[in-house]
Amino acid sequence: MTSLPRASRGTKLGLVIDLDICVGCHACAVNCKEWNAGGHSAPIIDHNPYDKDPLSVWFNRVHSFEVGEGQESRTVHFPRSCLHCEEPACVTVCPTGASYKREEDGIVLVNADTCIGCKLCSWACPYGAREYDHAEGVMKKCTLCIDRIYNQNLEEVDRVPACVSTCPVNARHFGDLGDPNSEVSRLVAERGGYELMPEMDYKPVNRYLPPRARKVEQAGALSALTPEARDEGGEGSMGTGFLAWVDQMLSR
Amino acid sequence: MHPAYSVIFFTTASGAGYGALILLGINAMFGHLPADRWLGFAAMGVALGLVTAGLLSSTLHLGHPERAWRAVSQWRSSWLSREGVLALITFVPAGLFGIGWVFAGQTGGVWAWFGGGAAVLSVLTVYATGMIYASLKPIPRWNNRWVTPIYLAFSLATGAIWLYALLRLFGLNPYPLAIFGAVMGAAAWAAKHGYWRFIDSAPATATTGSATGLGDQKPVRLLEAPHLEENYLQREMGFQIARKHAEKLRRVALTCGVIGLVLLLIAAASSGAPGVLAAVAATVLSALGVLVERWLFFAEAKHAVTLYYGNESV
Repeated sequence: MTSLPRASRGTKLGLVIDLDICVGCHACAVNCKEWNAGGHSAPIIDHNPYDKDPLSVWFNRVHSFEVGEGQESRTVHFPRSCLHCEEPACVTVCPTGASYKREEDGIVLVNADTCIGCKLCSWACPYGAREYDHAEGVMKKCTLCIDRIYNQNLEEVDRVPACVSTCPVNARHFGDLGDPNSEVSRLVAERGGYELMPEMDYKPVNRYLPPRARKVEQAGALSALTPEARDEGGEGSMGTGFLAWVDQMLSR
Repeated sequence: MHPAYSVIFFTTASGAGYGALILLGINAMFGHLPADRWLGFAAMGVALGLVTAGLLSSTLHLGHPERAWRAVSQWRSSWLSREGVLALITFVPAGLFGIGWVFAGQTGGVWAWFGGGAAVLSVLTVYATGMIYASLKPIPRWNNRWVTPIYLAFSLATGAIWLYALLRLFGLNPYPLAIFGAVMGAAAWAAKHGYWRFIDSAPATATTGSATGLGDQKPVRLLEAPHLEENYLQREMGFQIARKHAEKLRRVALTCGVIGLVLLLIAAASSGAPGVLAAVAATVLSALGVLVERWLFFAEAKHAVTLYYGNESV
């Protein structure tokens, strides 16, 4: 049923992604592909993998953005995957009931046996979470590794999504964002975690932690290393030596 | 958005077919429909033929057309499902109306009520088609109040022009139908012009800044994409080719449409072969104009996901 569950149980499983420490290594994306090529949505086949115009389905993509301008700019690596929204239009637009949001944990899934491949759900998602599998003629998406997180055959430590388990810098966290006392919820509260495109009103569950503000001393140190044209005797000049040092200190 | 030919053909063909059904049903209700069997066969053939060809073509872009029947199940939440349900239900009164006209040779009485029912359901079906697009928030150029009325206006205008040309081929000249087609067509193209001005001046709904949450008064630009080759998202949602020529194509669509309407009026005022020829030419040019218009409707629509791939705002 593509109507959203009326009474959710309050559990909102999701990811918290720390943009301050993500190094953009793409390991999460690669491990996601590796796991899911054999998991719940398997196979996720690549079209023309060794030919011209290869086309492949990935549930997780890492984009790199430049934020700010000039010396103040910084590179932010930005992993993008399904946000398991509370108001997922990708689910409600589905004409067949193949797309659904689980009542017990909020995970958004596609039933590959009833999907007709009309692609309307991918049009309805502003986050690009859904990719069409041309080989199977159905839509595929992140399952939050539903086949790992409840998998009794895995060690408890491994019952997290593949992207979380593989992140070498611990930039990805998995947990219940519906529980205000969970580790992930506290992380969000502490760091000012935010949702993407709130203007769309999809109420994403996943949160992103913003890059920390750059320390002021570091900015100063950077400018001290930059050669500058000396302003000799002009307005506001403090000369050289000790006074220049005072000037520099006061200018910070 | 990628302009899929199957969907463009579907919306234009079935739009015209439903427009024709609406006009036939209303005219039957008012007792204006000649009870000529052959005319009924041709008129219902054109109307239901356009509708059916469009609906069948819309299943061509499906990954699993054999499962299309499942699409009638989610009418509570999905406009696509509602459209499917309405399209199927419309066949019932439309079919009975056609049976009455063609086999019983009657367009009045209970048969007229079937026509009226088909007209109401046709309006709702076209409305649902428009709402499929108008309900999608990630595509601000569709998610606005212009889209659905324009779908309805073009449906009525092209339906009227098709019907008028057909009646001319049968030696009739119902000039009020031509005038209705011209007025409705003029309204549709005027609304389309307004829509184009609206989408050109509408403020951005979302930006790369809001899509990444990094834009707090700072510029955000894509430094490196996640992959070198295009993926499904870029092919389906990041269609760029038409935008370069959008201005020219808009003029082509509008010119075809307006010349079609002028020809329609010329046809209404002339008799004999020249009138018939003008009516057929009006149909062809109107169809061409609406096809280009519909192609642009898709090609010019920017999807929010492109914000992650270098587009700055949608």
